Amino acid sequence: MGKIRGAIVVDTERCKGCELCVEACPTDVIRMERKVNSKGYHYAYMEHPESCSGCMNCGIICPDGAITVYRVKEEKVSEET
Amino acid sequence: MNLEEIIREENIVYRRTPLLTDKALSYCPGCGHGTTHRLIMEVIEEMGIQSDVIGIAPVGCSVLAYEFMDIDMIEAAHGRAPAVATGIKRTWPGKYVFTYQGDGDLAAIGTSETIHCCNRGENITIIFINNGIYGMTGGQMAPTTIPGMKSSTSPFGRDTAMMGYPLKITELIAQLPGTYYVSRQSVHTPASVRKAKKAIRKAFENQKLNKGVSFVEVVSNCNSGWKMTPVQANKWLEENMLAYFPPGDLKVDGQLVEQGKTS
Amino acid sequence: MGEIRLMKGNEAIAEAAIRAGCDAYFGYPITPQSEVLEYLMAEKPHERTGMVVLQAESEVAAINMVYGAACTGKKVMTSSSSPGISLMQEGISYIAGAELPCLIVNVVRGGPGLGTIQPSQADYFQATKGGGHGDYRLIVLAPSSVQEMADFVKLAFDLAFKYRNPAMILSDGVIGQMMEKIELFEPIPRVNEFDQSWVTTGKTPDRQRNIITSLNLDPYLQEEHNHHLQEKYARMRREDVRYEAIACDDADYLFVAYGSSARICQKAVQLARKKGIKAGLLRPITLFPFPEKILGDLSQSVKGMLAVEMSAGQMVEDVRLAVNGKIPVEHFGRFGGVVHSPEEVLEALEEKIVKPVV
Repeated sequence: MGKIRGAIVVDTERCKGCELCVEACPTDVIRMERKVNSKGYHYAYMEHPESCSGCMNCGIICPDGAITVYRVKEEKVSEET
Repeated sequence: MNLEEIIREENIVYRRTPLLTDKALSYCPGCGHGTTHRLIMEVIEEMGIQSDVIGIAPVGCSVLAYEFMDIDMIEAAHGRAPAVATGIKRTWPGKYVFTYQGDGDLAAIGTSETIHCCNRGENITIIFINNGIYGMTGGQMAPTTIPGMKSSTSPFGRDTAMMGYPLKITELIAQLPGTYYVSRQSVHTPASVRKAKKAIRKAFENQKLNKGVSFVEVVSNCNSGWKMTPVQANKWLEENMLAYFPPGDLKVDGQLVEQGKTS
Repeated sequence: MGEIRLMKGNEAIAEAAIRAGCDAYFGYPITPQSEVLEYLMAEKPHERTGMVVLQAESEVAAINMVYGAACTGKKVMTSSSSPGISLMQEGISYIAGAELPCLIVNVVRGGPGLGTIQPSQADYFQATKGGGHGDYRLIVLAPSSVQEMADFVKLAFDLAFKYRNPAMILSDGVIGQMMEKIELFEPIPRVNEFDQSWVTTGKTPDRQRNIITSLNLDPYLQEEHNHHLQEKYARMRREDVRYEAIACDDADYLFVAYGSSARICQKAVQLARKKGIKAGLLRPITLFPFPEKILGDLSQSVKGMLAVEMSAGQMVEDVRLAVNGKIPVEHFGRFGGVVHSPEEVLEALEEKIVKPVV
């Protein structure tokens, strides 16, 4: 069985820094950037990308539709082949 | 596997629906209006009915809803959206017509239009955002402000002896024979958002059946009106708002759901 | 020759609506115009033409149903009487602001407040000066016979769609309740083609989404929108002024009256002429746009004018503006539900105009 790997891409200009995604992430991937976008909001980013499972919780809770979620099943490099 | 290999077009499992316009939502950070807008547009996208949908925006924070939804929309006078929807649906029975209304719009100034539209059994969808406060005008008491809750016009908390009780209009509407589906949902956690979307989808699909009003209340935060952070507001919502306005279906397929049962 | 019928004014409105290809009527009962809704319900226009008829829960709801259907390009109307029209003002302002075509019929009764159920013409200001909030105008047609009650339904819809503007038929309890022989026009089929440039019937892939709103948070955009509205009203003044001139050519004195008052004044003209007073009648048919040019022209040839209306004096202000001080303009009218007689009107002409002028 391959491992499920996920990732998110945050539209940093759309993000308003509400932090609901940080709260919603079950694997503690997301943090808020110290820098701000052109509107003055801190924006979300992946602090621990290796933990992302692509569960979509962050995308689903984001009121601004600022998060795109990717998920892929990692093909295990099999010794047998 | 590195990030470049994951972040590829073919691996997208969730993205902003193209039925939301590019315009930045005018709502405060963390506001449930944005989430609910998104859910409606996702449902319309998934059902493939964009060319047959007419939406009606209210007066209140979501007065500009038509700026964000890439569908034909009408801005109604405060509280009158159900009457406007009636005018459209009666003359275009084959179209999907929905209203998007806040608590002041639907349950105070528009109570008459709401109740009579529901009682006539208009074959439309009503999405009712309940955040217990008047957000746009700066946080005044709403018909759904819960007892003890502070607002700028109930600064010491809602005193029911003086100000009356919150109106559970969704319970009231469920009693009317003209309603076919009545549900209360919330958008404060990923799980509740998923459930709310299912309810909204059902409320739109019901229009094919021509059996009456499908009504979905969405309990939402108004974190700036409540003077909390978005995360605090969603916790407060779960502990306080949902205690007064319990989530779940009230009426399904024209049949009242037994009290205490939730779906 | 069209079908000849003996009808009440209110019934004529209803029958004409069906024949004019009206798509929907939304209304609420109120005396003295309830026959409109009653006739429509009994006539089952849904079976005749597919026209929708619905009794709303209030005038507030009715006008907003009109707003909704009008947003989709439908030919839609409502009718009411004075207190009900007051309730509709919010919706009418939105309809005017959003530039939607529709027809509103006001069979006026005495006011203010609950007033009376008898005829009146005291809603002139409300009808012609806007009525609700903001700078807007309705196209206002004033029928003075049952025949015109029918004919003006078609005319009002034509003008409403020409300008994308609400039109009003300003009638009164006399014309609404009176029965007369009329010739009905041939039915026009309901139209099923819509101007996709503005209607909200669902965004198809071949066009941008359409939004109907009267909101412009940017004041400069709102000002621009208001300029556009004013240009439209100016065009109405240029292109669609309507009036009837009766015995004006040799007149020394003029009655200016619309609706049922014009009928009464027509009789008063005859009585005056019998007495050797050369009186004439200018009957405005469009109250907005008001026939100010012809009144200005007539002020060169007549010695005085008497505005006769069942109100304390409303239209008289527009007559005075048109005449601009050149000759005396006075008002006469019974009001609060009382209808003046031709004799009273003639006496007023003699007292207020003929004697002082001579």
